[in-house]
Amino acid sequence: MRNVYIYILVMALVTYAIRVLPLTLIRKEIKSRTIKSFLYYVPYATLSAMTFPAILTATENIYSAAAGFVTALILAFCRRGLLTVAIGACAAVYIVELIL
Amino acid sequence: MGSSRSSFMRGMKDGIPICLGYFAVSFAFGIQAVQSGLSVFQATLLSLTNVTSAGQFAGIGIISASGSLMEMAGAQFVINLRYMLMSTAISQKIRPNEKILHRMGIAYGMTDEIFAISASHPGILSPFYSYGAILVSVFGWTFGTFIGAYSGEILPQRLISALGVALYGMFIAIVIPPARDNVKVRITVIAAMLMSMIFTYAPLLKNISSGFRIIIVTVVIAGAAAVLFPRDEEAIA
Repeated sequence: MRNVYIYILVMALVTYAIRVLPLTLIRKEIKSRTIKSFLYYVPYATLSAMTFPAILTATENIYSAAAGFVTALILAFCRRGLLTVAIGACAAVYIVELIL
Repeated sequence: MGSSRSSFMRGMKDGIPICLGYFAVSFAFGIQAVQSGLSVFQATLLSLTNVTSAGQFAGIGIISASGSLMEMAGAQFVINLRYMLMSTAISQKIRPNEKILHRMGIAYGMTDEIFAISASHPGILSPFYSYGAILVSVFGWTFGTFIGAYSGEILPQRLISALGVALYGMFIAIVIPPARDNVKVRITVIAAMLMSMIFTYAPLLKNISSGFRIIIVTVVIAGAAAVLFPRDEEAIA
């Protein structure tokens, strides 16, 4: 195995460069309506794509994962806070895995 | 000065659920990192310097397989490229004349979750809000890694399995309320999930790595939404 610290350094440098370049180089307000609209929709598209279908394989089996997913959807639909939704989803997974 | 302080406190408060979600995920990361051959110190240092879940999980896989540094750089670039979109979006939320040191400080903590709370924060984003959220969140991320790496499998498998959905639950909590209120956001969310599912299971498409898949889905769906449903308001809410 190569020196682990070199790997960690490469990882940190690449990741930080990705994060810091737009924030330091884009100093003006973007005027384009299309780009502004695009940036508005980015978090919804990204978070949705990261959540589904990955959540279905995040637990021991697909039944408990589906229970967690549906529980989170319902709690979020009822406008519960981040923590409530997250804990509710975990609890649903735990209970279903106890039963199955 | 007073407003910096209140922004910082507000950021810390909003960072608490992120901290808890991170603790769960990074705990699992710590266990896996030690199994991949990293020391407890190395695993903790990795979390403190990278603060990225998917990138770190991929990274310890490459380390344990003795992959090349180019492969490591390439994988991190693709998996984490979405942060570039997020940083671009946040560059429009901060004051145009914000100091470069503050810009560099915010960049360190540009994760999916901190981005999410920053993007939904009303009005101009104060760097001190970000610092408060980063301090609490990165503490959870790093401390969780340390505990996971150090204490290994003291938690029953069933509990670790349940904790696996914590972060997804948080994402859902961020996405669903606006989707409920706004039909354009709702279409965007459903379309992104459908496309992500197709890319996960369809032949050939499923060979695309998860980091790249997220980028493709984001660019295509957010791009289509921007063309089909351009926004009139000048503020990025």
